[in-house]
Amino acid sequence: MSTDGDLLHTVTADDISNNRKRLGKLMVWGTAGLCAGMALWQLAYETGHIGNGFDNWRPILYAYVLWATALCAAQVIVNGEKGKRTLFVLPAALFVISLVVFPLLFALYISFTDWNLASPNGPQPNGWDNMREMWNDQFYWNALKNMVYYVLAVSVEYVIAFGLALLLNAQIRARKFFRVVFLLPLMLSPVAVSWMIGKSMLEVRFGPVSRVIREFGGEPSFFGSPEIARFMIMAMDAWTFIPFMMIMLLAGLQALPREVIEASKVDGATGWQSFKEVIFPLMLPVSVTAIVIRIIFKLKLADVIINVTSGGPGGATDSVTSFIFREYRDRSNVGYGTLLAMVYLVLIVIFVTLLLKLVSRWMERPA
Amino acid sequence: MNNAIFKDHDADRRAKTKWWASRIAIYSALLIWTVVCLFPIFWTITTSFKLAPDVMKGNLIPWVDFTPRWKGWESIGISPRLIGEISTVREEFLKRFWNSTIIAISASILAVVLGSLAAYGLSRFSYKFGFMRNSDISFFFLSQMILPPVVLALPFLVLYKSLGLLDSRVGLILLYTLMVLPIVIWIMRDQFQGIPVELEEAALVDGLGIWGSFFQIVLPIALPGMVAAFILSLVLCWNEYFFAALLTATNATTLPVMVASQTGSQGINWWSMAALSSAAILPLIIVAIFLEKYIIKGMAAGAVK
Repeated sequence: MSTDGDLLHTVTADDISNNRKRLGKLMVWGTAGLCAGMALWQLAYETGHIGNGFDNWRPILYAYVLWATALCAAQVIVNGEKGKRTLFVLPAALFVISLVVFPLLFALYISFTDWNLASPNGPQPNGWDNMREMWNDQFYWNALKNMVYYVLAVSVEYVIAFGLALLLNAQIRARKFFRVVFLLPLMLSPVAVSWMIGKSMLEVRFGPVSRVIREFGGEPSFFGSPEIARFMIMAMDAWTFIPFMMIMLLAGLQALPREVIEASKVDGATGWQSFKEVIFPLMLPVSVTAIVIRIIFKLKLADVIINVTSGGPGGATDSVTSFIFREYRDRSNVGYGTLLAMVYLVLIVIFVTLLLKLVSRWMERPA
Repeated sequence: MNNAIFKDHDADRRAKTKWWASRIAIYSALLIWTVVCLFPIFWTITTSFKLAPDVMKGNLIPWVDFTPRWKGWESIGISPRLIGEISTVREEFLKRFWNSTIIAISASILAVVLGSLAAYGLSRFSYKFGFMRNSDISFFFLSQMILPPVVLALPFLVLYKSLGLLDSRVGLILLYTLMVLPIVIWIMRDQFQGIPVELEEAALVDGLGIWGSFFQIVLPIALPGMVAAFILSLVLCWNEYFFAALLTATNATTLPVMVASQTGSQGINWWSMAALSSAAILPLIIVAIFLEKYIIKGMAAGAVK
């Protein structure tokens, strides 16, 4: 390995004895062997080949942690100074790999089984059955369609957030007060929000919003028709997450070079012109970052839906996550639910990759 | 903004009215959004002091429209009258509260430790693990943000079951750490890139190792960024509902799960729900008011390059 790319150069003369190297390798392989051996033992016990074993797989987890620690320690023992550098990234990498890659592989296996937690048989591989079931599952496609609406709602959130950021960036008094107040909704848990707004303020009989609507002679109904229900979910989610975009945009506005804006004023640009021709183009990179991150968060939208409408009326507000949540909660359908989730993951990865490609191509072109 | 020098000319007066008009527009917009942000919180907190007739009549302002009562707070065992007595509902509530606190704080600490180390390594050295170079490793970490929780939920349910980690705090801590790690790495990488490498070079010349210079030189400088990352993770972990709802049953349930489980059953029993919701959101409102600077710093970190 060359250290040419290092920002921080270190010059060290490591002379690591062969014994030390052997010790490091022994530690790694020894603990790995222990872990594998225990796993095999337990597997044999659970399949009934051996009479005695552990109650659960917890000891294998401990052995795995031991192996991970040994692997980290061995880096320094075997590689010396270079190992110390590796040690910065290795723990996080091991952590993520063991918590993401293994479960994902496992999920891939589950998603091609007919596993239902309620059935006594355990997982039985059933080939493409789940896939066929998904193909005919109107509710899943409906949930995917809803996700498109929810993602499109980000554009409206963006406009509001940009407006608020401009307001906060204007010359105003009590800026800190307004900044704290505007930040508050982001702090609240979506579950609390779904009670505070969805279940009490929007309650048809006594909720304050219903009262106001009745004042004006309307008949309040927030979760009756599909369109309005979906809009209400969007509004609640927007209420919580607008501050998030607002703060990113505000940071962008504050980092803008003052001179450029002043120059545009000197050249006689009106407020709107200097916004359209100067501020907005300069803000594009920040805007894109904020929107992309917001979309990523939006794709996980579930808490509000689960707690306010549980997908109703007739699946009109279902997001994919809330749909799968119910698939598991109500039907214990682990196999099928996991397949839906995996398909969703693939769709998300394709979508986000395309989005990033599109964005980077679009940003290269001069606006 | 007021660029009129002489106040008596026609054009100057026009400039002045225009200035006032823009002031009024700005402040009214600000006030409208303030109401939008604060009313739900105000509504929840006042409702927790209402009785059924107050709710039905739609009384809004405490002491003017209605007399505040402790009824809602009594239902979770927190009120001046009950505070000295033993109350099972309070025990229950405090247990959930404590679970939430422990899980959120431990997960955030773990994420900040792992994330800072990784971010520092990635911002200073060039690695090569197989085909993965620095940018690939960074992308690998950050791409975890895309991963929807629902993909991991079911495998974890099964895995935790066989590991005996279901309904345990450790299980949730591990998952939450995984969930906030990309965000922490994102913030911290930005922080470390802003610290001049010469500082560490000087430390190395003076005889510190790379870990020594990291702990003694870099960490103190990056501390505000770490606090920002910590608080942001704290907020995310405190509010997390999805995993907690799936993976806990009785022992390790967090506050959001408790709130959610009560929503359906209470009917018009609004005061107790309001008290519970208020108790769930108050800690973070306090955090927001006092540590707003750090939260904004954390979220702004990645936005401006």
